[in-house]
Formats: sequence, structure tokens, C-alpha cells
Amino acid sequence: MPEIALHLLDLVQNSIRAGAKTVRIVIDLSAQLLLTLTLMDDGCGMDEEMAALAHSPFGTSRTTRKVGLGIPLTRESALATGGSFSLTSEPGIGTTVTASFDTRHIDCPPLGKLEDTLVSLILANPDQPEFEISLSSKDANEVLDTRQIKQTLGTVPITTPDVALWLTACLRDMTENTLGGITS
Amino acid sequence: MKSLQELEQIRQETLQRINLRREDKGSEVRVVVGMATCGIAAGARNVMMAFMTEASKRKLNHVTISQTGCVGTCRFEPMADVFVPGQEKVTYVNLDEKKAARIVSEHIVNGNPVREFTITSQGLDAEKGDAK
Repeated sequence: MPEIALHLLDLVQNSIRAGAKTVRIVIDLSAQLLLTLTLMDDGCGMDEEMAALAHSPFGTSRTTRKVGLGIPLTRESALATGGSFSLTSEPGIGTTVTASFDTRHIDCPPLGKLEDTLVSLILANPDQPEFEISLSSKDANEVLDTRQIKQTLGTVPITTPDVALWLTACLRDMTENTLGGITS
Repeated sequence: MKSLQELEQIRQETLQRINLRREDKGSEVRVVVGMATCGIAAGARNVMMAFMTEASKRKLNHVTISQTGCVGTCRFEPMADVFVPGQEKVTYVNLDEKKAARIVSEHIVNGNPVREFTITSQGLDAEKGDAK
């Protein structure tokens, strides 16, 4: 994947398939040269065996074919920068994935269009899950909660064109205010 | 962060147009973009954004854009299905932003599927059978 934001988009698909009601996405750059991406969901979770298998390209829960590349690709990408990767999961509780990237490393992919990743996730899944997004750097922190937005909107769907445009602008501002400068 | 007051304003403006939207009920057009690892790596996010921006710009309230997993024909990604009520599903393959924009204007707005981008026109019909 050419962008960290694309890895995120890919990983969240797992949370959605796991039936998550809430997905928390935390991107933290407060340690200056280390970008840490954390994804927490309250989906169905995995037992120890499945969680171990998920690290392998040949481990997948689906039955249509024998490969699952989302997690292995993200892991390889993080480790290639000298960063780290961890996955913890508990059946019935949910899964947490953490990947950190050394942004100085030549193999570190750019963060990419994070706002596009987030907007497409939120608008393509208007009912469930809810997203709690937190972006932070040393000097700034921005949060967005889709529940708060839906509460404000009342009966107006979040997918309404004008709302979609507002949301895109909002997420772009949030990203620039916190992680700006490392997006490309 | 942009203010929630702005959002409140959008909400009120939208509610004023609600009668307009009611007429659209039953004529909902669905666009489903493949968003598995294969689709994402091939550029599905840009395609989805293009569908969303184009639909938003044209204020197409009756269009919903959603995502699906891998359908097994990864070599044709990015792919999208367009469902117009009362018509057969159209599957588009090897998409990009420009193609997505054309699909919105020609297929969704004007009702003429863009034949040259469909899975059938690219001579791939026979292959559909072996796809899982």
C-alpha cells in the first residue's frame, strides 16, 4: 500500500466485518518522529489461535479463498521502518491493532489522504459502526465522534450531499491542524 | 474543527427541502464500490471519493454510495456496481476518478450506462463464471 491511510482503510474493513458497533481510530504523532496508529473495535474478536493466524497472509476467516493480506501488509510496512506492530483480541470483546512507523525511515510510506480514508469509511457505513477519531501531535489534538454529528443532524442522514461536503472539509482541517506536514 | 453550528445550519436547510427528497423515495440509486485489500490497493478509495464528490456537487440526494468486500475478481479492481431501480445491475471494472465522474453524469443522471467501462464490454463476460 502506498499510504498509511490506505492500510487504515483496509484494517477497518476487518472491524466492520467483525460487526463492530464502535471503531476508535487514534493517530498520534506526539513522539515527534514516531507515528502511532491505533485501531480499537468492539467487534466479535478472535481467539488466540485465530489472532496468531491473522498475522499470516495465509490466515483468514473467510471461506471463499485462502489468503488475507490486510494485517500482514500493514505489519510488514510498519516493521520495514523499524517500527512495531501488535494485535490483541478477545472473543466477544473486540480487537486492538497498533502499528507504529518511524517517519524518518526511507521505507516509511506517507500518511496519505487520511481525510479521504475517514470520509469514505463514515459515509459508506452510515448506520454502523460509529467512529471515534482522535488525531494528535505534540501541540494539537482534534477529535471527531460520529455519534455527536448524528445527534446534531437529527433526522437528516449523514450521507446528505451538503453534510458529506462539510464532513470532508472538517476532516481535512483536523488532519492539517494536527498531522499537517507529514501527509506527503 | 469546523463548528457544529455550521452543521446545524446544513440540517435546517436540508429539512426545508425534505419534500423534494420524499419524491425521490423508491427511486434510490445505489453505487457499491469494492473495498477489500485488492480494491484499496488498486485505487478504490479515489474512485469512491470521486463518486461521493460528484454526487454531492450535483446534489443527488437519491444516490447512496456504499462498499463491499472482495468478489474474487481482483484483477478487475477497482470495481463498482450501480443499481438503478427497475433496471439490471451494471458492473463497472478498472475504474478511476474520471470514469467514476462519467458514470455519475451519464448513467446516474442521464440514464445511459457507460457500456465501454462495463465488465461485459471488456470481453470479460466468460470469466465471470469462474469468479467466486
